[in-house]
Amino acid sequence: MSITEILFWGLSVLALFSAVMVVASKSPVHSILYLIVVFFAISGHYILLNAQFLAIVNIIVYAGAIMVLFLFVVMLMNLNAESEPKKHRMLQFAGLISGGCLFLVLIAAISESAQASNLVQMGGGNNGLIKNLGMVLFKDYVLPFEISSVLFLSAMIGAVVIGKKER
Amino acid sequence: MLALIIEKLVLIVIVVMASLVIAMYATYGERKIAAILQDRRGPNRAGPFGILQPLADGLKLFFKEEIIPDFSSKFLFILGPSLAMLTAIMTSAIVPWGDKVHLFNRDISLQIADVNVGILYVFAVVSMGVYGIMIGSWASNNKFSLMGGLRAASQIISYELAMGISIIALLMVTGTLSLKEMVLQQQAGYWNIVYQPVGFLLFLICAFAECNRAPFDLAEAESELIGGYHTEYSSMKLGFYLFSEYINMFISSVIMSTLFFGGYDIPFVNEANYDQNWIALFGVLALMAKVVCFIFFFMWVRWTIPRFRYDQLMNLGWKILIPISLFNMLVTGAIILLKENNWHF
Repeated sequence: MSITEILFWGLSVLALFSAVMVVASKSPVHSILYLIVVFFAISGHYILLNAQFLAIVNIIVYAGAIMVLFLFVVMLMNLNAESEPKKHRMLQFAGLISGGCLFLVLIAAISESAQASNLVQMGGGNNGLIKNLGMVLFKDYVLPFEISSVLFLSAMIGAVVIGKKER
Repeated sequence: MLALIIEKLVLIVIVVMASLVIAMYATYGERKIAAILQDRRGPNRAGPFGILQPLADGLKLFFKEEIIPDFSSKFLFILGPSLAMLTAIMTSAIVPWGDKVHLFNRDISLQIADVNVGILYVFAVVSMGVYGIMIGSWASNNKFSLMGGLRAASQIISYELAMGISIIALLMVTGTLSLKEMVLQQQAGYWNIVYQPVGFLLFLICAFAECNRAPFDLAEAESELIGGYHTEYSSMKLGFYLFSEYINMFISSVIMSTLFFGGYDIPFVNEANYDQNWIALFGVLALMAKVVCFIFFFMWVRWTIPRFRYDQLMNLGWKILIPISLFNMLVTGAIILLKENNWHF
């Protein structure tokens, strides 16, 4: 096996194991810490695909900022196994079935797509490099990019409106 | 291939060792400078001028009793300080410490890895630094620790924004993310401080906040929170936390020198005229001289300016620094655009 293959399998095992542990671990804080490990493993995959910019931004935004806020909320609310409300057994079944359906749909979509035969192109292609990414984002996809930023802005304003105290 | 691996390993060991030794003597420097500013003598018992004081401090920390509180998560309690130390050291991997050296018939670059997303890597590692404090403070199972940890986290997240935007303006000027490229550009032209004085000021203030240094050391405000996030820590685990602060200070001084003050560039000297190895050596010394100035500045501020109140800290970050940095970015962009149009509107 080449080094890339060893890295690929190592990262995949790490990502899947941590993803399972996010669901399986009892304490919410441990779940979040496992989720951070998942993000790191995914960033590793990005680097294998020669998309360094995406990898680093994934770490800065998801692992570095969003997960810190998650951790923040969980620590402040002091959630733990005892204080967690008991869910009805039927609700758990419903969750299992709907989650499983989503999983099936995703697998079907991926296996039907044209990309299925060559899912992973390791080390090939320069699409992920910052220059090419910028060209694509700001030339070919300017409109969707700007619209999504307006969406973010509206979400921010919404948060401010909700957070503002009523007079 | 083997030679490359050996070369990089040696470089890594040297850089890590050097960061540790410099951080060690930064503690000594801090106590001496505090003493001078307060008209005292400072440490002067261990060795001449107290020069062995850091060793004595380290030994003392090693021999202290190690206490892990009950009802705390033991694994996370140990993970906290380890993460703080790890993230503090990791940044040094992409810093260009000097120019190429010619040894054993090989050109050896004095940079561990020239990553093409250089400065973003620094940001990623810095944003990871919060976890060391947060995990440690939560695992302590103590409300003062938790308060300190939460303060540190919210402070670092708020100041990261202004820091990032001030860096964007710099990147618009340099057009590259690689630290090595930036140093080469500054060697050829002027230092970046000439183009980005406001950006540098913003970066400096944010660096103070990111390092949890006074006047922004709210996370360990002893008058309110006992010891802050490391209240429950003892022995070398406490040492790791204290030490990582000094390493962070050292690394952020290095980053500031590299981004805005020409890195290993020696001012008023044309590097091409001299022998390669000597100029590399003096380049490293020039970088170190700049770094020592910054570290002194960090300490000078700590012993001069009183601590902010928490709401003042947040107001400064969100209501003053972020608008200024956005404005700075806008002006920089406008000037670049004008320049490309040959100063026609």
